[in-house]
Amino acid sequence: MTALTLTNVNKSFGNVHVLKDINIEVNEGEFVVFVGPSGCGKSTLLRTIAGLEDVTSGEVCIAGNVVNQTPPSKRGIAMVFQSYALYPHLNVRGNMSLALKQAKESKETIEERVAEASRMLSLGDYLDRFPSELSGGQRQRVAIGRAIVRHPKLFLFDEPLSNLDAALRMNTRLEIANLHEQLGATMVYVTHDQTEAMTLADKIVVLRDGRVEQIGSPMELYNNPANQFVAGFLGSPAMNFLPAALLEDGNPNTLGVRPEDLMLDDAGPLQITSKHVEHLGGDTNVIADCNGHQITVRLFGQHAIRSGQSLQLRIAEGKSYLFDPDGARLS
Amino acid sequence: MSSARSNPINTAAMHGALIIYTLIALFPVFVILINSFKTRKKIFREPLALPDADSFSLVGYQTVMKQGDFFLYFQNSFIVTVGSLTLILLFGAMAAFALSEYRFRGNMLMGLYLALGIMIPIRIGTVAILEMMVSTGLVNTLWALILVYTAQGLPLAVFILSEFMRQVSDDLKNAGRIDGLSEFTIFFKLVLPLVRPALATVAVFNMIPIWNDLWFPLILAPAEETKTLTLGSQVFIGQFVTDWNAVLSALSMAILPVLILYVIFSRQLIRGITSGAVK
Ligand SMILES: Nc1ncnc2c1ncn2[C@@H]1O[C@H](COP(=O)(O)OP(=O)(O)OP(=O)(O)O)[C@@H](O)[C@H]1O
Ligand SMILES: [Mg+2]
Repeated sequence: MTALTLTNVNKSFGNVHVLKDINIEVNEGEFVVFVGPSGCGKSTLLRTIAGLEDVTSGEVCIAGNVVNQTPPSKRGIAMVFQSYALYPHLNVRGNMSLALKQAKESKETIEERVAEASRMLSLGDYLDRFPSELSGGQRQRVAIGRAIVRHPKLFLFDEPLSNLDAALRMNTRLEIANLHEQLGATMVYVTHDQTEAMTLADKIVVLRDGRVEQIGSPMELYNNPANQFVAGFLGSPAMNFLPAALLEDGNPNTLGVRPEDLMLDDAGPLQITSKHVEHLGGDTNVIADCNGHQITVRLFGQHAIRSGQSLQLRIAEGKSYLFDPDGARLS
Repeated sequence: MSSARSNPINTAAMHGALIIYTLIALFPVFVILINSFKTRKKIFREPLALPDADSFSLVGYQTVMKQGDFFLYFQNSFIVTVGSLTLILLFGAMAAFALSEYRFRGNMLMGLYLALGIMIPIRIGTVAILEMMVSTGLVNTLWALILVYTAQGLPLAVFILSEFMRQVSDDLKNAGRIDGLSEFTIFFKLVLPLVRPALATVAVFNMIPIWNDLWFPLILAPAEETKTLTLGSQVFIGQFVTDWNAVLSALSMAILPVLILYVIFSRQLIRGITSGAVK
């Protein structure tokens, strides 16, 4: 069964057309991640799903029901915000139980659900504290707890980790992945961090300028990007783009090669001058100049390469992509 | 900034400036207070001397208590000030919330229209207001004053509060909507507490002019039973003789309640600043 269906969704703010003909289908239990650069409409899309914004045209279906006219609290969703958005006047217990109180659930149910959520997120010691007395990571867990207690059909996350530091982000990311496994709930997750997208998602939706560029599993998108934008967006370090004319005279197209698919080879066709070398221990990244174009080469293991050194490269067999001048994939 | 703060010379200079300013600001109040406890002769002979056994006198206070119904005036002023502030804050905050939160046709125009009142002094319309009050039968009631002061205070209140409300996190309001809170609950429980410093500012700004106003009480409510404190004190100021003892005593007593209200609001101001915590 589909948990969420968006059909030809459009959204305008006045003259600004923010979402353009969005069609997405999310299956029950799936973890879907919306990625895209800043300002592409990810948050707006999530808010239209939540019902915080009305769609200008199109249809939003949650669990088979059209919910265009349903207020947010009746849509069976829960949302976690980037800024945590905890109620400052309520303690942790109050924050988590407010929605249930509004829905007139019985005292026992509320208590049971709060206990369950605080056990999952190890918030038991903090139930009587106020948001101002918690650390950033704890606040974000409370925000997630507030979503869990509602037993929603659909979880919506809007960049929940972007206010956390790197180590905490990684832990919380794992925690969210665990939650998804335990609860088996459908989750829609917005981020502009492609690592989060790749690690969490069952399915990634890549957005650009309010349009869906491609939908697919992380590996599908990585191995088989539909266009130059998707190819460049996923993967770190990003894919290199070079004029195909470097290898074949007069070819107007663009060649795309992932940094790890470039090999050192004295007989290789590409000549580069290294400009900067990053020694990461496991990998060595060489940022180099190739006929006036910057390219990144990712070499496995440790290599003694100096900056300014000239190197010859070849491209691994069958690992290059070709895009036409408009960015569409040719091969 | 931290070095400027910890540098002892800077600190001394800063405190010196503040202390001098405080002294200048408090001096007239101090003079009024000490002179209200002195005999008439001593007021004129040595206006800056403290009251001593020889010059001490409560005659001013006695006159004030005897003449007119001073407590009634007091009560009237209090009712008018508190009533107007309540209405200004309530309606100002509601209008500000609507303007800052909802997108509707004419939002900008409405905001400009409401802000226009900041630039046009309400006293220009005194005649029209008086006619209106006469025809609605509100002359010589406290309601006349409360309504006029509310109208006078709203433009600035809406202007200041809507600026502050724009800064309240959208996420917080949206979280409330998803949790099923009504717009009223979101307004009263989530937004208002977060703009408490702004509310206190608006209250302080409006309180003093209302409490001290002579113009509208004189025109709209000069009857004995609706006189405000400022108007009531005028009986001691004559064209030829002024009962300075009484005037000074009345003024001293008039300062007190404003001081109390001010302390209450400034407490709120500080608490509002230190207890936000959205992020
Ligand atoms: N209330 C609004 N009125 C007008 N334009 C808006 C409004 N909200 C968003 N927009 C515009 O819609 C576009 C998409 O905004 P949105 O917040 O969805 O971006 P985003 O993809 O979430 O970006 P980020 O990664 O920075 O959060 C932006 O260009 C923004 O300027
Ligand atoms: Mg966003």
